[in-house]
Amino acid sequence: MHELGLATNILETVRTEMARRDGAHAVKVELRVGELSAVDKDSLQFCFESLVKGSDLEPLELCIDWRPHTRRCQACGDLFEVVDYNLVCPHCASTDTQFAGGDELEIAYLEIEEP
Amino acid sequence: MSRVTVEKKVLSENDRIAAELRERYRQNGMLVVNLISSPGSGKTTLLERTLESFAPGTKVAVLTGDIQTDNDARRLARFGFPVKQITTGGACHLDARMIEKALDDWDLANLDMLIIENVGNLVCPTSYDLGEEAKIVLLSVTEGDDKPLKYPGIFHRAELMLLTKIDLLPYVPFDAAAARENARKVHPAMEILEVSSTTGAGLDKWLGWLAARRSR
Repeated sequence: MHELGLATNILETVRTEMARRDGAHAVKVELRVGELSAVDKDSLQFCFESLVKGSDLEPLELCIDWRPHTRRCQACGDLFEVVDYNLVCPHCASTDTQFAGGDELEIAYLEIEEP
Repeated sequence: MSRVTVEKKVLSENDRIAAELRERYRQNGMLVVNLISSPGSGKTTLLERTLESFAPGTKVAVLTGDIQTDNDARRLARFGFPVKQITTGGACHLDARMIEKALDDWDLANLDMLIIENVGNLVCPTSYDLGEEAKIVLLSVTEGDDKPLKYPGIFHRAELMLLTKIDLLPYVPFDAAAARENARKVHPAMEILEVSSTTGAGLDKWLGWLAARRSR
C-alpha cells in the first residue's frame, strides 16, 4: 500500500542524479529489496511504471534485485539462506546464527546514457 | 551506456528526519515507542488502560495516527495527558515528517515518554523509522497465530510482541504457544508479553516493561 510513495522517492533520486549530469538520461534503476522489507515487489513495479508512463523519465526501467533472508553462523562462519524460517546452520547445525541480510530497500545504481 | 553508483536507501529522507528526531528525544531524555498492529488489535484500548494507570503529572504524551477521524484522540484525551491525532488522509502509515510536524508545538523538555500509535496496518509502518527507541507489535488472539510468518517484516523489527485480548483465549481457536513459536522463528530474541485490557491481566508486566525502559 505504501509502494506508490516508495516509487515516488525512487524517481526523486533519479531526477536529482540526472540534474547533476547535463543531457544525460537514465534508462534503468537497480533496486535491492529484501524479503523482510515489507515491500510487495509487483505492486512497487506497477506503481513505478504508472508514474514513469507519460513523464519526462519514460522509458525508464525498474529492475528489482530480490534479496532473500540470510544469516551467518557464529560457529562455522557459513552464510546461508533462511528457508521456512529455519534459523539453524545447514552446514554445522549450530543454532547460534545472526541476521545477515534480507531487509534491504536501497537504490543500488542507475544506468544512464550520456550525450 | 554507463553505470552510476547510487547506494542510497529509498527512504533516506525519512531516515534523515528520523535521525534528527532520535537526537531530540535523546537530548530531552524521552522514551519513545511506536505501537504497530492490524486494525482492531487493541492498540487504543491498551493505551487507555496504560494512561489510566499513570499518576497525574506523569510526563507522557500520545500521538495517534488514523486515516480519518479524531475518535482515538478524543478517547485518549480524557486521561488528562497531551494527546494529538495525526490524520493521514489516506496514507497507510505514519512517517517521520508527520511526527516532526505534530511535535512542533510541544515542549519536549516537559516529556519523559511519547507513545506513538501508528495507523492500523501490519505492513507499511514497518518501513518508516520514526526515531523511536522500540517498535512494539500487537497481535490479538482473534487473529491468526501464524501472523508472524505471514507478515515477517514487522515481527523482524519489533522488539516486543504484545499478545492482546488474552481473556478471549477460551473462546477462540488461537494457539498462544504456536504464536510465540512463530514470532521467535522470525525473531529469536523477541520479547513477548500477554495482556488483556478488559480484565487487566498482564498489564503490570507491560507497565513494568515501559518503566524499565524509561529508567535506562
